[in-house]
Amino acid sequence: MTDAVTQCYHDKVTLRLVQFSVIWAILAMAAGVYLSAELVWPTIDFGQFWLSFGRLRPLHTNGIVFGFGVSALMATAFYSVQRTSHVPLFAPKLAWFSCYAWQLIVLLGGLSLLAGWNSAKEYAELEWPFDIAITIVWVCFAIVFFGTIATRKIKPIYISNWFYGALIIVIAMLHIVNNLAIPVSFTKSYSLYAGAQDAVVQWWYGHNAVGFLLTGGFLGMIYYFLPKHAERPIWSYRLSVVAFWAFVYTYIWAGPHHLHYNSIPEWVQSLGMAMSVILLAPSWATMVNGIMTVSSAWEKLRTDPALKFIVLSLAFYGLATFEGPMMSIRAVNVVSHFTDWTIGHVHSGALGWNAMVTYGTFYFMIPRLVDRELYSVRLANIHFWLALAGTMLYIMSMWAAGVSQGLLWLSVDQIGELSFDFKDIMASMTPYYLLRLVAGLIFLAGTILMAYNLFMTVKGREPARVVPPAVDPAYGVGA
Amino acid sequence: MNGLSLHRKIEENTGLLIFGILIVSAIGGLVQLLPVLTQESLETATSNTRPYSAAELTGRDIYIREGCSVCHSQQVRPLIAELERYGPYSRAGEFVYDRPFLWGSKRTGPDLHRLGGKYSDEWHRIHLLDPRAVVAESIMPAYPWLDRRSASDTGNITAKFTALRTLGHPYTDEDIAGAEAALEGLTEMDALIAYLQVLGTGFSEEAEQEAGAAP
Repeated sequence: MTDAVTQCYHDKVTLRLVQFSVIWAILAMAAGVYLSAELVWPTIDFGQFWLSFGRLRPLHTNGIVFGFGVSALMATAFYSVQRTSHVPLFAPKLAWFSCYAWQLIVLLGGLSLLAGWNSAKEYAELEWPFDIAITIVWVCFAIVFFGTIATRKIKPIYISNWFYGALIIVIAMLHIVNNLAIPVSFTKSYSLYAGAQDAVVQWWYGHNAVGFLLTGGFLGMIYYFLPKHAERPIWSYRLSVVAFWAFVYTYIWAGPHHLHYNSIPEWVQSLGMAMSVILLAPSWATMVNGIMTVSSAWEKLRTDPALKFIVLSLAFYGLATFEGPMMSIRAVNVVSHFTDWTIGHVHSGALGWNAMVTYGTFYFMIPRLVDRELYSVRLANIHFWLALAGTMLYIMSMWAAGVSQGLLWLSVDQIGELSFDFKDIMASMTPYYLLRLVAGLIFLAGTILMAYNLFMTVKGREPARVVPPAVDPAYGVGA
Repeated sequence: MNGLSLHRKIEENTGLLIFGILIVSAIGGLVQLLPVLTQESLETATSNTRPYSAAELTGRDIYIREGCSVCHSQQVRPLIAELERYGPYSRAGEFVYDRPFLWGSKRTGPDLHRLGGKYSDEWHRIHLLDPRAVVAESIMPAYPWLDRRSASDTGNITAKFTALRTLGHPYTDEDIAGAEAALEGLTEMDALIAYLQVLGTGFSEEAEQEAGAAP
């Protein structure tokens, strides 16, 4: 017989991860806002190397993906895997280690990027010592997660855990293969791959870091928290099975659409494009499954800000997963590639989808963790509108900027001479960059409101003790 | 046994689920990466492409350190407007000594692949110290520290050459022995400019025709 203490869910580590996640969100978004201001007023780096655009920008992206994103994914994975397995975390000490070691990597990694230790591979900028540390912590995360599933008391492995599982496995594979390099010193290494080959490997990684971390992982969030919150079972179990495997199979092929018209074999580009277009199907299947799940609970949207965030995030997920395949078509990509349209697309995913679903999840999870009502529903509602307004303004300003850049760059007159000078096109971007700065500020303000709201909710409380409920014999392991 | 009852086996077995995800997700990567990683033409240098000198390699590492590739691509696409604006489109064989590749994904500033030889060293020096002194509309940051730092302090050039030779870059023993001396007296600014001036000079139609390769 195990005693009641070990039977209790380990929620303190979840709460701590949420706290870190919110802190990284604010810091990394603030860095983003500053970067957008630098594009309007280029001298505000004051000649300081650590404020220089080229160094601060990787800090922004890594802070969001690995600080905010991964901390939120670890938190929600730990929370939901216990509740869907009806057992406490496997190896809770290892879970705590993963939590703090990860934060240390984000902190020191961020500083190393400002110091200029940069491997120059997008979303994999951290140098080799960090790559090794990430691998170790990731394995610990995997042991805790799969260990909990392996010791579960309920026979089926719930859908959300498939997605978190795919996140852990595929990211490990991508991370290791893409970062293979020969170290020269503690701060510098040379990639095992060169030139065109390196490009194909990098975008196999880069696109699927988006695919399995920012999409797969967050779909895990959706599959647990949306049905839980709507108090409805997932609309179609069959659809989620098909969508899951189609997603895992198809996503990995799509990377080469980042290299259209670049110096890589054309068949790779075409294959990447075709598979990117096909990817629309599993993406929308999941979106439809989610929307249909809430379809009989719309009235909850009136009163519940957390559910509003989650449902809106699904809408942006649908938008971004339509826009992505469209941009992967060569004839569209010829305009969008290298422009701010790409930046807009990334943010319709990162703000509209990833941040919104995370916010909704936090508003749902935190009051339950500490067993107390959300401090202010009103503030959460204000946050919702700030987040929506910020995201829309961001995307639209970048659409306008990106499409005009793309078309103006390509524009030639009747005798084949360029119609516009590059620097004139660049100078015409200032109004859009200003709008984007405002958008970023609005979104950041909302995030700070949430931080305050959650802080006041948790203030002075410890996570409540939750004991796994009895398992329905029909689903039990011994059944 | 229908599909769903088959799936039941997977979703009730942790090991099978892990194995299934690994196999299914690996297929696409294998099909795309293996042929590309073994394609010889992608590893064959164009006739004017040679390994970077000590100064150029150091300059390239500074380019990486400062995150230049965040705003500048190095990839001229085979499109009329790009040929007009930048020059001949980029060939895979020009990048065989690029670890990592620096093609970039964003042009906040212009593409730099055909930059070499377009401006004087002095223009680059002024531009890097105060971009708006030469391009009024520029939103590029200034890099005042490059002029104050010695190129020898950017990293151990001998170790770099040795590591790259391990990876197959044809550096001779003399190259490696003389690498440190080649950086003596140079600032980081000098090294970066040396790199910018060699960018895109690895391809010319004449050289390819002489070598008998199809342009």
